[in-house]
Amino acid sequence: MTGLQDLYREIILDHYRAPRNRGELPVPPAHKVEGFNPLCGDEVVLYLEVEGGVVTDVRTGGQGCSISQASTSMMSAAVKGKSVDDARTLIRAFKALMSIHESKLEGAEGTDTTEADLAGVRLGDLEALQGVVKFPVRIKCATLAWNVLAQGLDESA
Amino acid sequence: MSLDVAAIRADFPILERRIGDHRLVYLDSASSAQKPQVVLDAMDRLYATSYANVHRGVYAIAEEATAEFEAARAKVARFVGAPEAREVVFTRNATEAINLVAHTWARANLGAGDVVVLSHLEHHANVVPWHQLAAERGIELRWIPLTDDHRLDLTGLDALLDGAALLSVTAMSNVTGTIVDVPALAAAAHAAGARVLVDACQSVAQVPVDVTAWDADFVAFSSHKIYGPAGIGALWARAELLEAMPPFLGGGEMIRDVTTEGFTTNDIPWKFEAGTPAIAEAVGMGAAVDYLTAIGMDAVRAHERDLTAYALAALRDRFGDRLRIFGPPDADDRGGVVSFLFDDIHAHDVSQVVDEVGVCVRAGHHCAKPLMRILGVPATSRASFGVYNDRDDVDVLVEALGRAEAFFAL
Ligand SMILES: Cc1ncc(COP(=O)(O)O)c(C=O)c1O
Repeated sequence: MTGLQDLYREIILDHYRAPRNRGELPVPPAHKVEGFNPLCGDEVVLYLEVEGGVVTDVRTGGQGCSISQASTSMMSAAVKGKSVDDARTLIRAFKALMSIHESKLEGAEGTDTTEADLAGVRLGDLEALQGVVKFPVRIKCATLAWNVLAQGLDESA
Repeated sequence: MSLDVAAIRADFPILERRIGDHRLVYLDSASSAQKPQVVLDAMDRLYATSYANVHRGVYAIAEEATAEFEAARAKVARFVGAPEAREVVFTRNATEAINLVAHTWARANLGAGDVVVLSHLEHHANVVPWHQLAAERGIELRWIPLTDDHRLDLTGLDALLDGAALLSVTAMSNVTGTIVDVPALAAAAHAAGARVLVDACQSVAQVPVDVTAWDADFVAFSSHKIYGPAGIGALWARAELLEAMPPFLGGGEMIRDVTTEGFTTNDIPWKFEAGTPAIAEAVGMGAAVDYLTAIGMDAVRAHERDLTAYALAALRDRFGDRLRIFGPPDADDRGGVVSFLFDDIHAHDVSQVVDEVGVCVRAGHHCAKPLMRILGVPATSRASFGVYNDRDDVDVLVEALGRAEAFFAL
């Protein structure tokens, strides 16, 4: 049971059951981005409003497993109101959190610069998703929302 | 006639494995079946005593390896009711067998506007090769739709087959378990002048298969679903079709003569078997066929039907409307495959939770995305049964699903 509780932390289940920032925003001014996880059919839709270098509003849609949907909800709460630069830093920090296990699996060398760069980045609740790295096939579920966010930030730039 | 499941379980060494504190409850045989010791032994014995390349050497062990390889072909041919062993071409798997037909027979015979009829039940292995051909040659694809209980809806069949060159359908769905009435479809297709390819990948493991009684033209299947090794499968086709078809891959074994100017092809089936084949795997597949023949495919079918009926009833009793079960409601119409979905728990989460207690069920689209679209779901969970499963396994599954439901309760 320890394994499962690592994966499905209470905070994750909470975001899954009561996702934050669900809904849509008018396009434009908002920007709409979508992403899919072909393996399990997870789908994330993101509406991003970026003004003066700040993510002023976020809404999310889509469907999928608890991990993908909780990660989407947590991501939306984490980046809303943040500067685009801070949001990008969060993306990198989150990906680093998810790649610890992946890079070990692939036998990659070191963790290059990200670790140093990201020292001091506060992931807060997002750290609850770290248990996912013990379940390699689910990592893609957790990172989907963040890939969609990265794409959205690039496109709204 | 019922199977002695306890004795059968003892034939499968992997079933002794434990997952944490739990025994392994393997309910994913539709994806790939586990292997009995006799299959492992047959492969080991070949490697330990008679291994050499086939159809090449004149020395003793090369003769032995060749004889074993060809004996395996004869066993596979008998197993599916093929009139002649030379009508069985070894391939890597069912996917390659279907691609072989698409690359050779279809490219020699089909052009722009020719029609290939598929069904909405098909696995990607029987979809993508035809999409590729459509993109390359401009053939037209038509689709047999489904009834509400996920059987083939044959009401418009004659119109679909009108002018068709090929009907290519599964004999049993790997998602809904639907058993398709192949003889009826083959008769209709032949009456319309179409050839018939049957994807027998699921059905060879579950029901007695007789390609002659089916009156099919091509039949594709894989060894790993019938308790044999992965890496080998087979295409059965009528000898006269194989004779007329151009070769598939080029290289050693498939030739009669090669000059600087060109080549001539070997006899069937070797004409389609370029390069060194999966020799031990063929022998393993032969052993798997012997194993199933000894049990008896009628008994296997009765066992699968019984377990499926038991599982359908147990799932309905326990979860009622909260669990959607796909496919025909009556176990007579389906093989040992049950796909299901809770209203608001994703299939992946379900699989993850039941894995905690040693239960292996598949989650995902099962390589049948057109079907998933029709079912209106992104993914399902799927339990499937092999000769080693029993009602206890179903009970463990139902308990584990109850646990998953409680875990994700809102
Ligand atoms: C109905 C059906 N057709 C084709 C295939 C493809 O089999 P293979 O992957 O062995 O080529 C499968 C395997 O899942 C199947 O269930």
